[in-house]
Amino acid sequence: MTSPRTLYDKIWDAHIVEEQQSGNSLIYIDRHIIHEVTSPQAFEGLRMAGRPLRRKETILAVPDHNVPTTEDRETRVDSIESKTQLDALERNCKEFDVDYIPMMDARQGIVHIVGPEQGFTLPGTTIVCGDSHTSTHGAFGALAFGIGTSEVEHVMATQTLILKRSKNLRINVDGDLGLGVTAKDLALAIIGNIGTAGGTGYVIEFTGSTFRNLSMEGRMTVCNMAIEAGARAGLIEPDQTTYDYVKGKPKAPKAAAFEMAVNYWNGLKSDPGAKYDKEVFIDATEIVPQVTWGTSPEDVLPITGVVPSAENISDPEKKASVERALEYMGLKPGEKLTDLIVDKVFIGSCTNGRIEDMRAVAEVAKGRKVADSVEALIVPGSGLVKLQAEQEGLDKIFIEAGFDWRQPGCSMCLAMNADKLLPHERCASTSNRNFEGRQGAKGRTHLVSPAMAAAAAITGHLTDIREL
Amino acid sequence: MDKFKSIRAVAAPLPMINIDTDMIIPQKHLKTIERSGLGQYAFSNIRYHDDGSERDDFILNQPAYRNAEILITGENFGCGSSREHAPWALKDLGLKCIISSSFADIFYGNCFKNGILPIKLPQEIIDDLMKDAQRGANAIFTVDLENLEITRPDGDVIKFEIDGFRQHCLINGLDDIGLTIEKDEKITAFEQQQKIQQPWLYE
Repeated sequence: MTSPRTLYDKIWDAHIVEEQQSGNSLIYIDRHIIHEVTSPQAFEGLRMAGRPLRRKETILAVPDHNVPTTEDRETRVDSIESKTQLDALERNCKEFDVDYIPMMDARQGIVHIVGPEQGFTLPGTTIVCGDSHTSTHGAFGALAFGIGTSEVEHVMATQTLILKRSKNLRINVDGDLGLGVTAKDLALAIIGNIGTAGGTGYVIEFTGSTFRNLSMEGRMTVCNMAIEAGARAGLIEPDQTTYDYVKGKPKAPKAAAFEMAVNYWNGLKSDPGAKYDKEVFIDATEIVPQVTWGTSPEDVLPITGVVPSAENISDPEKKASVERALEYMGLKPGEKLTDLIVDKVFIGSCTNGRIEDMRAVAEVAKGRKVADSVEALIVPGSGLVKLQAEQEGLDKIFIEAGFDWRQPGCSMCLAMNADKLLPHERCASTSNRNFEGRQGAKGRTHLVSPAMAAAAAITGHLTDIREL
Repeated sequence: MDKFKSIRAVAAPLPMINIDTDMIIPQKHLKTIERSGLGQYAFSNIRYHDDGSERDDFILNQPAYRNAEILITGENFGCGSSREHAPWALKDLGLKCIISSSFADIFYGNCFKNGILPIKLPQEIIDDLMKDAQRGANAIFTVDLENLEITRPDGDVIKFEIDGFRQHCLINGLDDIGLTIEKDEKITAFEQQQKIQQPWLYE
């Protein structure tokens, strides 16, 4: 009898090609997603060494970081450098015969939204991408994590990675989320609880009724932010919700193969009595809508809170960090968070660019108007999300309310395209990082849920959605 | 890859916590299809004024630390994105060794692929090394990867630990892709086995 294992242990064990003397393992990689920013040097490496792709059919390529989100996107790439990367992706995919979704294809979108939509993301698989938010795919019970470009090349050439087993961290959340409290608030509250380095060295398994009751979209939002808690990967055990989502997707197994797969996937759960290296328990009913005030995702507070002070922090480095964040964000201790005036609102990204997010925004936007002082963008995470939203008539609600309804891409999440904040502009954003300069040099980001972002767009300031 | 055996160099103190990859290299400089030439952009948001001139308060701009090859810094260094542009930029800037109490996982792994040695030590020791590093041009440390030792400016020796395989690859400048390709038979055997258990992954 083997001892009880966690979900992570099971997926890991099922992918060991070889255990090495050093304590590392050679781990097989089932799925590889690539985009334009972190792949060119990997292809170049292969070319220089004369190495082929080991299994080209395990790769899916889609441009997302640099693509323009305006209607005239085909001719609007913001710089020669962006164009060079986009062209390089297309050229490399042609040369190496990789499945490539071009910018003007209806399926194009953010890698972490496209993978699941295409059924490329499957439970029990190992999935990598040269992008830290690859953790998103953990929502399917897949071991999914971001890698650097050298590792991208390693996977391309060998279909494996040399890895050390991570520790197991269980985050259990039970109970129902309150009115106006979403998966994003849950994710932010978890990061606030354990800190941005709380998950370093661990893979997080999210357990408990709160995650079981989340849709796949909500689960993806939570796993997406696992990296902001320092964990390379987040995991949620697959269940009927997962299977219902996967079924019928273009690249998902069909008919008898699907039944066989479900049978295998049903075994993807932690055994009773499995040991975790660390466990955290959170009561969902205590979580209220969250907002970040600083320049790290752990700088998070309930929307009912006030800007904190550095005064009582004894650790000099932590104190300096808070002082720096306050200055960067242009905030004074004691200010009410709901008093902060926003210039821009960004709704989208691999964290919150899915159909459920669009619906949540529409619910708030319906019959209301974006404040005159606010520029508000809604960027669907993929062409298919856009299509679905338009079929549901959401685009009309957005446009009528004064939101700018865009083409899919990473957009203002990371300012690698024309969508960015100007210096000192304050933004309520549904993205995942509030680092200095993340949304544009000197831009000020407040991370919130889609509903909270929409509410801020309407009122012109950070707003408690429960009071709108 | 460059070999890393032992270096003797100035260490610069950068006592900030949570230095993220956007701070190490802002995203606007990721639009390259090369690995080289990124050193000029390393830390650019804290290294330069808006007009492009250097900020005197940034440690690596100060004369004593211009040739620093070691960086001593606060916890959770390299958090954020997976961009390997971060170690590419640090390496191109001349940094070969980063010492901190903790690193983000992806960044930590990326360092080894680029001939940079990241060393994790307890916070108390980091505090001492940070003080040492404030001695300007006299903040000369030796980092010996073969013997896993740091020699402080006053001659004290501190031991550190590193994964044996990574140590081996770094000392010998080995490309681990080449090493893994030698395991081709085992990888193929794995695939044959997996194809039986999960045929849908091979359709």
